[in-house]
Amino acid sequence: MSFPILSVMLLVPALAAVGCLFLSPGGARWLALAATLVDLLLGVLLWVGFDNAGAQWQYQEYSPVFGRFAWALGIDGIALMLIMLSVFLMPICIAASWDAIEKRVPEYMAAFLLMETLMIGVFAAQDMFLFYIMFEAGLIPMYLIIGIWGGAERIYASYKFFLYTLLGSVVMLVAMLWMVREAGTSSIPELMAYDFPPQAQTWLFLAFFASFAVKMPMWPVHTWLPDAHVQAPTAGSVILAGVLLKMGGYGFIRFSLPMFPEASAQLFWLVMGLSMVAVVYASLVALVQSDMKKLIAYSSVAHMAFVTIGLFAFNRQGLEGSVMMMLSHGLISGALFLCVGVIYDRLHTREIARYGGLADIMPKYALFFLLFTMGSVGLPGTAGFIGEFLSLIGAYRANSWVAFVCTTGIILGAAYMLYLYARVVYGKVKSDEVAAMPDLSARELALVVPLALAVLWMGIYPESFLAPMRRDIGLLVARVERAYPQGDAHLMARVGAPAAAAPAAHGTEH
Amino acid sequence: MGAALLLTLPELILSLTSLALLMVAAYAGDRSVRMVSILSVAALVAAAFAALLPPTGYGIAFGGLYRADAFSAFAKLLIYVAAGVSIVIAPAFFHRAPGQGGTLRAEYPILILLSTIGTGMMVSAGDMLTLYVGLELQSLASYVLASFMRRDLRSAESGLKYFVLGALASGILLYGISLVYGFTGTTQYDGIAVAFREGLSTGQLFGLVFVFAGLAFKIAAVPFHMWTPDVYEGAPTPVTAFFATAQKVGAVALLLRVAVEAMGSASDAWMQIVIFSALASTILGGVAAIGQSNIKRLLAYSSINNVGFALFGLVPGDANGVSSVLTYLAVYIVMTLGSFLCILRMRDAEGRPVEEISALSGLSRLRPGLAAALAIFMFSLAGIPPLFGFWPKFLVFDALVAIGMWPLAMVGIATSVIGAYYYLKIVKTMYFDEPATPFGASPDRVEGGLIAVGALIVSPLGYLLIGPLGAYSLAAARALFPG
Repeated sequence: MSFPILSVMLLVPALAAVGCLFLSPGGARWLALAATLVDLLLGVLLWVGFDNAGAQWQYQEYSPVFGRFAWALGIDGIALMLIMLSVFLMPICIAASWDAIEKRVPEYMAAFLLMETLMIGVFAAQDMFLFYIMFEAGLIPMYLIIGIWGGAERIYASYKFFLYTLLGSVVMLVAMLWMVREAGTSSIPELMAYDFPPQAQTWLFLAFFASFAVKMPMWPVHTWLPDAHVQAPTAGSVILAGVLLKMGGYGFIRFSLPMFPEASAQLFWLVMGLSMVAVVYASLVALVQSDMKKLIAYSSVAHMAFVTIGLFAFNRQGLEGSVMMMLSHGLISGALFLCVGVIYDRLHTREIARYGGLADIMPKYALFFLLFTMGSVGLPGTAGFIGEFLSLIGAYRANSWVAFVCTTGIILGAAYMLYLYARVVYGKVKSDEVAAMPDLSARELALVVPLALAVLWMGIYPESFLAPMRRDIGLLVARVERAYPQGDAHLMARVGAPAAAAPAAHGTEH
Repeated sequence: MGAALLLTLPELILSLTSLALLMVAAYAGDRSVRMVSILSVAALVAAAFAALLPPTGYGIAFGGLYRADAFSAFAKLLIYVAAGVSIVIAPAFFHRAPGQGGTLRAEYPILILLSTIGTGMMVSAGDMLTLYVGLELQSLASYVLASFMRRDLRSAESGLKYFVLGALASGILLYGISLVYGFTGTTQYDGIAVAFREGLSTGQLFGLVFVFAGLAFKIAAVPFHMWTPDVYEGAPTPVTAFFATAQKVGAVALLLRVAVEAMGSASDAWMQIVIFSALASTILGGVAAIGQSNIKRLLAYSSINNVGFALFGLVPGDANGVSSVLTYLAVYIVMTLGSFLCILRMRDAEGRPVEEISALSGLSRLRPGLAAALAIFMFSLAGIPPLFGFWPKFLVFDALVAIGMWPLAMVGIATSVIGAYYYLKIVKTMYFDEPATPFGASPDRVEGGLIAVGALIVSPLGYLLIGPLGAYSLAAARALFPG
């Protein structure tokens, strides 16, 4: 048996979390940083060792210690990318909390490390019930993070977060129990190849949808997100936006699409309809926010809707676009929350109106904030562009109206992000307090520079990120193809042939 | 006869010990309480071994009146463990309780033993009469235990309430038994099962309904739950722990045996009763707990809520379902005993017990270890993975899904979200609120050790127990399904 790298990646933060509880605040900080850096290093090894042309599932581990389900781990390219996102963001989160968190530091670090274990566990689990346990367990540390270290309304926000997501997930559990009974296995790869009866698929799909749509979050079950984001400490928001929301998208791509292709096609308009509303509505709501974090939270709702339209476009561009969107949103929204955190630490307010003229006082800050704003807008050359563009191409091939409505989201996105940037960074300095704000410290620079580099890397050379998952997306496309909904916008190979009779026009060439 | 007596070895050990200790207590007085407690626990350990490893193997004794099988062994093990813990934790509590003269009376461990014998008889009963005798022995000892702090008004009230309502329930049960006897001509489970197989007459149906109503009272399932909050609140905390664990296990196991062995052929008739009671218990147990400010009352509603979930496992009426209930009980007593142990540590500077939930405010900063343990128990009772409390809920709903009752599973599992709210409230009080008056020191190492063991079992490490626990509970459940 080879080195169980995934188990080690799970174990390192888990043990460090226990260790943190017995240390002084300073020791806990260093231990947490060390553990997350070790995990980042392991993650890099994971990526380096990942064979893009090799087996679909790599680094597999299997140990039937739990009787009814197994400790089964393994990753494909999609999971690899999301694990990379998690381990990349974690050290940044720890460092971002270095000075900002003053009370109960050991517990804080322990909660974050536990969170890291569970996030990696969600993406690496190859057993359905192991996945569920990891997926659900994340509620506990996040509940504590929001509730203990959050803002004024933290208790309401923590309850809302917990109960909302719990209700979504328990319904999914019943569906999982049924599926495992029906298919006779709880192994995710085997279930992905199992054909459930189409009439059952609809129910199963809806049960999973209840959980993933809340987690995603999709309109109209998104309302927990602005509350949770606004109240959570900065690093909590980064993890929430950066990784936790991706669990919903990952769930769709791992469960809903390959396990219930017929139902996914059947409920095409449900998902697309909700996504279209989310893009336009959330963008408009974002436009009128006066609280920076709330604005970014609503922008997350809009951006995650791009993920769902890409997923349910059922074609390669759409699926690749949605995974890229998840990765880029993870980096960019995480970075934006960090940027908000930086000035929040100085002025202790998130009111946009209190700021202004930061370009003069904090030029370095203004530069990085601009980069991330542009990334969020989807400027070519940044990570945001790749995801949005591919998702929209995919959506266009599935249905041109969906693409039309969602493209307005790009314009609205530019509107609210640029409006935010203009109010905060340009204009006149409003008060002496603002004028006295120091520019980015060395620690803060160390936080934003890696994020900026990653955003540019993903924007300029997305192939590095697309290559590991190309085969997996291809397999997924092949899996869902039988239920492929007929799009209304194809290239006509033979002029004159009726569109419905031209299946060759929507092949899988890239 | 000798072989039959050997089968009842656990009961023999406990009976002889309790009678002998009663003499000791009568002559030596309360000074002997320490020795009596130690001997009682030793007797429980011996009885547990006798139940697990019967010298003559499992079998049926006294012409079908008494059964020793894997099922009764499993249930008795849980009962004896819970009873042992209830004895061990008592002296420290009574030592501090006001108006107790500082010592525990020597009758306490003996009463617990007597009640335990009755509980053991209930789960081993193969005949309605053995059932009734066991139940009465258990109940009579319990009424005394509930009012054990006789100078405390609430304790006396608790005992009286328990007695009046318990007598009513016994009456209902006895009436049901007499109807069943009248319409089937037998009180033996086997005979009843044969008679029920030929279709249920109206009289038999009435008998069945009354038997289930009487048993629902004993397990505190809605709509027969009203006594629980008052009794749990008023009774001394170690006694409450005993009621909520040992007796609950006994009553639920008894219900399983009656439902499956005696009335298994009429499962269509009782399934509706069980479904209603399960749903009503989970919903009421969840909703009514939200407004509570006393933690013992809250745990009373929590026990109603948990019984509801356990009952879901009975609905399928198959070995799979019964084994899920047994697993539920095993994990439930660990979580509940753990919670009560944490409550025992809630006491003010003079050592008087505190029961207000608000007193837990900010406990995580004053006593991080205790707060973490209680938080683990609360999240576990709420059934949130990765804590072990998730697993029995998983099994119960899996048993429902296995027979195609997924809509019921969906509704049942949704009610668990209601329950999650009030468990979260405790965690919120401990972790999010500002610290209140600190609790007095608690030097008792045994309590602390038991809390640590309990917390470890319900922590994610507990999942390693799934294999043995599953195999053992399934073997126990199979004992109810011959052939």
